[in-house]
Amino acid sequence: MRMLALICLMLATPMFAQGSGPTPALANRQLPDPAQEAAATKLMHSLRCIQCQGQSIADSDAHMAGTMRAEVRQQIAAGQKPEAIRGWMIARYGEWVSFEPDMKGAGLLLWLTPLLVLIAGIWLARGLFRRGA
Amino acid sequence: MNRPWLLWAPLVATACIGGLAIYGLAVPKDEQVRSAMIGQKLPEFALPPATQGVLPLSNKDMVDGKPRLLNIFASWCIPCKAEAPQLEELKAAGVEIDGIAIRDRPEDVAAFLDEFGNPYSRIGSDSEMAVQLKLGSSGVPETYVIGGDGTILYQHIGDIRAEHVPMLIEKVNAAK
Repeated sequence: MRMLALICLMLATPMFAQGSGPTPALANRQLPDPAQEAAATKLMHSLRCIQCQGQSIADSDAHMAGTMRAEVRQQIAAGQKPEAIRGWMIARYGEWVSFEPDMKGAGLLLWLTPLLVLIAGIWLARGLFRRGA
Repeated sequence: MNRPWLLWAPLVATACIGGLAIYGLAVPKDEQVRSAMIGQKLPEFALPPATQGVLPLSNKDMVDGKPRLLNIFASWCIPCKAEAPQLEELKAAGVEIDGIAIRDRPEDVAAFLDEFGNPYSRIGSDSEMAVQLKLGSSGVPETYVIGGDGTILYQHIGDIRAEHVPMLIEKVNAAK
């Protein structure tokens, strides 16, 4: 009985949930030029997978991540700059797709907040030291 | 203490952070990734027919002056089966619908069309999801309203339910 349940569980995996198309060749194959592959990998670690939202496309096994890796490698191999490819992705999925927020709007606040907190801290501490003196 | 109000500052700051946390818990998270391509022209693509007996689909096919729906679907996608009657309803209302089948096999598409009907004028096969990526589409099913000049006007994420049909007809008519 337990064996049967186990077999049923094994069969119950979403066999048909992801479709049956081919995986793009460059999804899981490195570029021949190590420098290009390094640039592509670096970029892939900073792009977010659309399907499995917390992971980068370098870490994800989702088909959409494979398609995105292939796109990154193709564009790198064609001589495109990594930041231009990031822009290409952002033009399609918004700022959301990048793990490196841009220095504008809410992103600017994100970058500047630590600096502002530090300045506020120094200002507070300065008052304390003066009183102690 | 010459500035007693300063004593309250940490409490106020903590209350603000706590309020934000409660707000974050109370408001359900929107996990949909919207396309940033709305208002832009369709990307260039040319897809082969998804199965025998259907027409292929390229972006040029959708620049004939006639607004339409572009439905992203797959035979393996269960919500796509659920939205099939609504697509038939849209077609009956005179809306032109083109389809893109994602990661699909010709025989599976044929079986899907046999079972759930074929409301599509053309069906392209996007076996590697490359066109889906170009469209800024994040899953199946999705439905785009495309203007007669090939501009992407609207993106509907998820299956089309009965209550979405009038809205989509209106959006297509508004594009005329």
